[in-house]
Amino acid sequence: MTMERGVPAGEHAAVHLAGINMEFHTRAGDTIALADINLSIKPGEFVSLIGPSGCGKSTLLRIVGDLIRPTSGVVEVNGKPAHEARAGREYGMVFQAPVLFDWRHVEANVRLPLELMGMDRNRRDARVREMLDLVELGGFARHYPYQLSGGMQQRVAIARALALEPALLLMDEPFGALDEMTRERLNAEVLRIWQQTGTTVIFVTHSIPEAVFLSTRVAVMSPRPGRITKVVEIDLPQPRNDITRETERYFELVTEVRESLRGRHGEADPPTQTAASSGERVRAEGSIG
Amino acid sequence: MLFVLAFALVWEGAKWLGGDPWRLTAIGYTHNPPFQVLQFSDRQLPHLWNIANAFGQPFQRNAEYSLANYLVDQALFTWSEALLGFAVGAVIGIVLASIFVHSGLLERAFVPYVVASQTVPIVALAPLIVVGFGRGLTSVVIIATYLTFFPVTIAVLRGLRSPDPRAVELMRSYAASRWDVYRKVRLPASVPYLFTALKVAAAASIVGTIIGEGPGGVPQGLGRAILNFNQQYVTGPEKLWATIFVAALLGVGFFSLVRLVEVLVVRRGGRQAA
Repeated sequence: MTMERGVPAGEHAAVHLAGINMEFHTRAGDTIALADINLSIKPGEFVSLIGPSGCGKSTLLRIVGDLIRPTSGVVEVNGKPAHEARAGREYGMVFQAPVLFDWRHVEANVRLPLELMGMDRNRRDARVREMLDLVELGGFARHYPYQLSGGMQQRVAIARALALEPALLLMDEPFGALDEMTRERLNAEVLRIWQQTGTTVIFVTHSIPEAVFLSTRVAVMSPRPGRITKVVEIDLPQPRNDITRETERYFELVTEVRESLRGRHGEADPPTQTAASSGERVRAEGSIG
Repeated sequence: MLFVLAFALVWEGAKWLGGDPWRLTAIGYTHNPPFQVLQFSDRQLPHLWNIANAFGQPFQRNAEYSLANYLVDQALFTWSEALLGFAVGAVIGIVLASIFVHSGLLERAFVPYVVASQTVPIVALAPLIVVGFGRGLTSVVIIATYLTFFPVTIAVLRGLRSPDPRAVELMRSYAASRWDVYRKVRLPASVPYLFTALKVAAAASIVGTIIGEGPGGVPQGLGRAILNFNQQYVTGPEKLWATIFVAALLGVGFFSLVRLVEVLVVRRGGRQAA
């Protein structure tokens, strides 16, 4: 099977990963977190990374975002090395926790990246309003994060991530901490936003239905060392909605992803993620800090 | 309020049981306590009403000022010195913490000395500071500063480290500089920690000032009053007690003022004050 997806000559891939290896050296021993990752993503694609806990999918996302450097391999974003893309503020990031600043109200949280960019006040305020309308929180501009529900907080985080009109949106299990109902609603919302903005999305999740519903492609990963074992094309028609979740093809694709995940391990479902992925992050920071 | 009442009851209860005999001339009543405890005698532990009464009397023979008037003046003078030390100490604390949070090397090199500085008793250090900086305001302020900067350093350092590591990652994904991370994330996050430390520091700065006023040779202030009334204790124990109460009130007052500012600032920031 081929990991590469043809990108027409002369046009840059939104993300190009070639031969990525990642090793962590700790006192407890060496861990090979990622081995030989190759993946190309076209502009406007929605790609999910799915795999059991500890397979390095969050690490891979951080490598794409230039928050950690791989041990070896090439990371290019829009034809530039990842660190240049980061310096050019081409990323939007959303984490599992909203990570809002509790001393800033909703509006000021969304405004933060624009302040860093030094955008002038009028354009900034207009942009913030636009983003809040996009996530349908226009009426909550002056609320503080603690006054919002978890789902609303996560929508603020999405508005903040999109404020800079990033070429690439990186989402690390953004809805992992939310209940199923909220999660499905936000999934629909992310799809709508993705179609409205045309941004490229990399989405880390351990929910198979979520990955299939949202993505144009799902990259299935295996643990230790993390590899992309299969890339499943999701050919469900757009726009997708609640009816999509009930179609024959949807179930076929869910089954296909599930079987790919099971592949070498015989596990029906990936175990829950939270503890291991935060441990992963700590190690990653330790090795670069 | 309840505590003040209980405190007064215990105080006078002890005098009732073990103090000196006293009489209420108006009704010809004489009270003879059943025990004689030296510590509860009128000289060691004056009646509260005598202390209250002393506030209205001239603070020394033939003086025009009442004791209350005199003590309020001294308290305000002491507070002005303490405030200066408090402000300088707070600034030093914030600056030190800001340096340490950005340099693990400097932190490891200097934090042990910062801690060690606080294990030396201030009463031992105060005369040395006076020898070094001369008698007067400077020495007193330095002593107040010395007691203030430590809690601020430690608490603000902790506050600057309090943001979620992902908040720092988020800032890095926006290519934010260390200065941006400091200004937009670390500093605002440290504000609640800062106020906790400032409340401790408010009380400490008063103590430092009063201790410093002795060897500091400042002609005014509560420290001076305490030394003077200490010498006159035999003839007027109430005056020293009155001064101690005023010093305690000053500490509580300063603390409450910081608390008030905290409520205003932190409320405005949208957080519920802890």
